This record gives sequence, C-alpha cells and structure tokens, in this order.
Amino acid sequence: MTKTPKNPVEKSAPRKGLTRREFTKSTAAIAAGTGLGLFGGVAPAFAQKREVHHLAWNNFIPPADDVTREFAAAFEKEAGVKVRFETIGQNDIQARAAAAIEGGAGPDVLQLWWNHPHLYAGGLIDHSAIYSLDGGGDVFAYQQDAVIVDGVPRGIPYYGIGNLMAYRTDVYRDLGIGIPDNWDEFLAAGTKCKAEGWPFGQTLGHTLGDAPNFAYSLMWSFGGSEIDESGKVAVNSEATRQAIDWMKVAWEAAFEPGGLSWDDGSNNRAFLSEQISTTSNGASIYFVARQKEMAHVADNMSHYLYPQGPGGRFCVSVPQGFSIPKYSKNQEAAMEWIRYLLRPDNYERYITVQNCFALPRAPGLEDHPMWTADPAVSLYRDAAKYSRSYGWPGPFGRGAAEVQSKYIIVDMFARAVQGESAQVAAAWAEKELKNVYGA
Amino acid sequence: MADTSAATARARVSASRAGEKSRTSWLTTQLEDERVLGYVLLVPAFLLIIVFIAYPFALGVWMALTDKVVGQPGSFVGLANFAKLLDSDIFRTAAWNTVFFTVVATAIKAALGMWLAVLLNRKFRLSRVTRAAVLLPFIVPTVLSTLVWLWMLDGTFSVFNWILRWLWDLELSVFGLVVKEDFGYIRGPNWLGDPAWAMGSIIMANVWRGLPFFAISFLAALQTVPTELYDAAEIDGASGWRKFWNVTLPMIKPVAIVVVVFSFVVTFADFQLVYVLTRGGPYNSTHLLATLAYQISMHAGNLGEGAATALFMVPLLFVVIVLQLTYLRRIGVD
Repeated sequence: MTKTPKNPVEKSAPRKGLTRREFTKSTAAIAAGTGLGLFGGVAPAFAQKREVHHLAWNNFIPPADDVTREFAAAFEKEAGVKVRFETIGQNDIQARAAAAIEGGAGPDVLQLWWNHPHLYAGGLIDHSAIYSLDGGGDVFAYQQDAVIVDGVPRGIPYYGIGNLMAYRTDVYRDLGIGIPDNWDEFLAAGTKCKAEGWPFGQTLGHTLGDAPNFAYSLMWSFGGSEIDESGKVAVNSEATRQAIDWMKVAWEAAFEPGGLSWDDGSNNRAFLSEQISTTSNGASIYFVARQKEMAHVADNMSHYLYPQGPGGRFCVSVPQGFSIPKYSKNQEAAMEWIRYLLRPDNYERYITVQNCFALPRAPGLEDHPMWTADPAVSLYRDAAKYSRSYGWPGPFGRGAAEVQSKYIIVDMFARAVQGESAQVAAAWAEKELKNVYGA
Repeated sequence: MADTSAATARARVSASRAGEKSRTSWLTTQLEDERVLGYVLLVPAFLLIIVFIAYPFALGVWMALTDKVVGQPGSFVGLANFAKLLDSDIFRTAAWNTVFFTVVATAIKAALGMWLAVLLNRKFRLSRVTRAAVLLPFIVPTVLSTLVWLWMLDGTFSVFNWILRWLWDLELSVFGLVVKEDFGYIRGPNWLGDPAWAMGSIIMANVWRGLPFFAISFLAALQTVPTELYDAAEIDGASGWRKFWNVTLPMIKPVAIVVVVFSFVVTFADFQLVYVLTRGGPYNSTHLLATLAYQISMHAGNLGEGAATALFMVPLLFVVIVLQLTYLRRIGVD
C-alpha cells in the first residue's frame, strides 16, 4: 500500500502561535542582536545621537537650574547633543561621583564642590585641552586651586558662592546695634539680639557648606589654621584655642542651640520664618525672600562682611567646577557642553540670574549692574577678596578635602560648645588631623 | 556498492543512537542518585552566593588591606588601615555608638514587641484591622518615614517642642482654682543637636520602625501555643504573669531568638536612619560603623579605609550568629 503523501498545503497552513523551532530561531536572532549592541557592536546610525549626562546640585537659586535647562535645549538644537541635566541634594553629590567613578559608568559631567577633584583625580580626565579657553587663564586662584591637582587640571572652574553675614536690619536698628566689625562686637550684638528673642543662627552639624564655612573662617581670623605652609599639622595653637573659647562663650550667649543639628537649608528656613536675626550664608535667603514675596523679610535684611579677628578678616567662597570622568564615552560632547556654558553671553546670564549668589570665576563682570542694583546684596562682590580655601595656608589638596569631609574642624568647635575645654577640643582635632595628614 | 554504503550509514546511525542512549542513561542514573541531584540543585543558589555575597565580601577584605582611593588602584598596605582606625577617636566613638544603639534598640523592640503581641493576640473588635495597622511603620519606605522624623525633631521647628511649649504655657483653672499656671518659656529638648538626645532620637525612630516586625513575629509564634497548656496552668492556679513566664515564653523561645538575632544584625548595620537624621552629628555622637564607613569611603574617597571600617562589623556579628545557631541546635531547632 502506497503511503499517501501529506498535503503540502495542509503542512504549511497557518497555525496559532509559534512553533518551538520558530521561537528558538527568533530568540537567537534577538539575543545575537542585543549581544552585538552590548559587546561592541555598532548601533544603527539612527540611534547614534550624542548625549551628555550632567549631574549637579539643586541650586539654592532655582532659576539657575531653569536657565541651565534652557541652555540644554538650545545646545541640542545648535550642536545636536542632547543634554540630560540631573540635579540632586548637595550632600549626595560626592557619593554619586565616587560610585560612578568606581563603577566606571554614570554622568559625563560631574559638577563637583570644593576641591573634590583632588579626591577623585585618578578617575578624572586631564582638562588641559579646554582649560585655558574662555578666560580660563584668568580664573581666580581659589577656584584654580580647587581643580588643579599636581599641575594637571582635573576640572574646569565654574563659579563660587560667596558667604557673608545676613542680618535683620530692623532688629539691629531697634536694638541700637551697628554693623559688627570684629568678633567682640559680633558677640555683643548677638547677646543683645538673643536676649530679645532674635538669636544668631549657625550650624555646627555635619553638613557640607555653612558649617565648615563658618568654622574655618573663625579659626583663621583668630590666627589659627589646620596646617602650616609646609603642610604640618598646626591646629593645636594658642590662636585656635582662643577662637574655640570665643565660640564657647558666643554659643551660649548669642546663638540658637538647635544649630548643632542644622543642615545647610536650616538657617535659611529659620531666617525666613523670623526665628533668627543673623546667619552666615550666601545670597540665597534674600533671593528666596524676594522671589516668594516675603517683603517683611526682604525689605528688612541686608548683609555684612565676616567680622575680623587678630589674624585678619576671612571667609570661604565655595568653588564649583565641572569634571569629566575618564569612563565617559562622550568626552568630546561633554567638553563642547562645558564650553557652551562658559560662552560669555551664556555665562553672564547664568551668573546674573543668581543675583549676587554666584561669584564669577574670573574678572570681567565686576562692573555689571547686578552688583549695584540692590544694595542688600551688593557686598557679595567683595567676598572673594577675603576668601581662603580649606587647608590654608597649606595646600588645598587631598588632605584638606578629607579633613573637611570628616568635619574635623567643625566638630572641634561643636565639642567645645557642648562643654569640652578649648585645650581638649584642639588636642582632639590635632590627633585626628595627624591621622589624616600622617604628620 | 550502494548496499554497502547504506549498511555503513545504518551502522553509524545505530552507533550514534547507542552512544546517545548510553549518555542519557548515564545522566539519568547520576541524577537519580540523590547525593548528586542534591548538589546539582544547589548549584544556582551556590552561584548566587558566590556572585552576590562571597565575591563582594572577598573584594571588601582585599580592599581593606590596600590604600585604594576612588579612581586609583590601591597598593597592599597590610593592616595599616585597621591600625589607623583603632588610633582614631572618631572610629572608637562610632564603634561604641553602634554597640550601644544596637543593644538598646533591640532590647526595647523585643520588650515592646512582646507586649504588643500579647495584646494583639487577644480577641477584640477590629483586631484584624489593628494587626494590619501595626505593620504600617514597617511598610513605609525607611527614608520617607525618617524624613518625617527629621521634621518632627527639627532643631527649630520640632512639633514635639511646640506641643511641649503649648502645654507649658497653658493656664488651667477650674471654678477659679488654678490647676496649672503658666510656667513661662521652655525651649524643649535639642533632639538632634545634643549628643544624648540625638542618640535617644535615633533609637526612638529605629524602635518605631522595627517594632512591627517583632510584634507580628511574636504574634505568629503566640498563635501556635496550644490553649490546653493555658487551661492546665489555670487549673493549677497560675497567674497571668506565671502563665506568660512558664508557658508562653518557653514555647515561643525558638522564634523569639531568631527574631532578636535577625533584628540585632539589621540594627547593627543600620545606615539610612542616621544618614537622614544626623549624618553622624553632632560631633560624631551618632555615627555608627555603617555611616562612618560611608563617610570615609564615599565622601573622603578612601575606599580602603572605608572597607576596613565596615569589616570591623563582621567579627561581632559572626559571634552573635554562631551563638544563635549553637543555641538553636542545642534546643533541637535546625
């Protein structure tokens, strides 16, 4: 009996779903395609649009971030590079940067604070190719020190944040207080204000900006320093102990005790809610008061320079810069983006939108009307003149960054205001500093 | 000729099938052996442990023996990182804080958890809703709930202090008789700014978050205790306390030990709570080993020193776990 062949039409009739063989074939094809993409295959031309991921902090002046987003949109049209601008809390920038560099993946531009490029130098590219462009050669020294590691720029300075004393003009006027020029006058003013329910506010907590800004400035103005010019630990000096003693007295007499747990935003909130009369800050309190139409605060506040002490008058201006990590596959595009941000017209707009909060990275904008338009903040123009960097008068290097990251100088003052003697607090700091500097 | 090649081909096919059959039967035979199958089934879990636990741990140990910083390869420095840490007052403070925080928080959670479980084990209206509600602090993401604590304990705007001030200022009189007079101004505790209050605050927040785990675990254990035992105890005239001590506690002891040790380990390595509330301040008085390791490695960039800090947690936790396992084996719970 002849076997009847199967009907070919029937054999190829459509079926529901996939056969196992078809499924295997198509899965293999997809896997191969994906594999190519993952392991070195070239993506199709339509997917090759360049992209830059820029990580920055949540600027205390929100319009600055809005302007950057506008720049990003314009830059995409102009250069064909899509910029993903991500902002996070300032205290989280370091963790993100460290994790990205170690993991070899992450943002293409890291907007680092202070001299943190010193901490991550091994993972950051040499920025020499674009460093001297757009006025880079004239950048203020404290900003250059922040990014130049062993003679190699590991970042591009962007701007600084000036620090002055924000104060309530009406409170000072009512209490007959003049602008304090030195720490004794400052203490006398604070004592008067606190007695009337208007204490001074200052954080001595573990927070990146305001706490170290105040603690270092105070120590320097009494003549103290963490290390000397040669880099030798010098904190346990008579000058430092005097600064600590002053702080102990002042904390009790003039300051709001809650400051020991404040972060960088706490004093802003306390000032805006009229809980304190004076605090060390950038121009952000004033900016927010104006922006939120809190006229009773904005119309009754101004700023003065940090008081001077036996060692002089000092403050800290916080440098910020861009750093491109070595792992970035978009280094060229990232450099283009940075150059775009530093283009004079863009840069001027970015600085001026912050209304004296941001200090330009280089001379050239001193005569801008911004500085004289509003007397309440015009003094910020002089902040850079008194600015020093952590580690001063020693090098602004890795050791200084580590000391700041561990809050050793801040904690030295915090321990004292909680009861330790100046001798014990300074000796404690000396031991911890030697642990960092190894000398 | 054609016949010969056909025969050869048939022989090949037959040999190949025989080979396949013999391989299949060998594999089947092997897998039918439970000792072999057991190991085969363990392979996926073993691989997971290697990739996600053993490798990171070994890497951490290696890193702790180097001077590695972010972005640069480290070189071997032996035990230098450990020596540096032991010489640091910040590290010793953090180590002591970790032990104190863990022991106190776990003890409070165990005591309150047991109390809550006994209450929840009773039958009352809306008992099921109450049991579900108790779990809420455990369900809410830790960072989110800790942010709420941060606001409640704020140095300037603490709601606790606001209530305290309101009560302090309150004047109460009944029929002209002053029950409470205005006590004048009170600032209230400096919750996160004073070292003792700050430690108390992080313990309070940890207890709030961890209590449901204890309560629900103990409740589950309580429900397995046969009621006959309580009936017998009652017939013998045992008081409530006596019943708890002589019936409840021995019956739920194996579960209780597992829960306490598990919580001990998790509390010991707590990070989020302190990071959000105090970041280790004021002056390191709330730093735990986990937050200090994070600060040293991620903020100061010293990965070697940070890894060494984290490794200091291992010996103590190891001892705790060994004691737990030994005890559980002794009482026959494997």
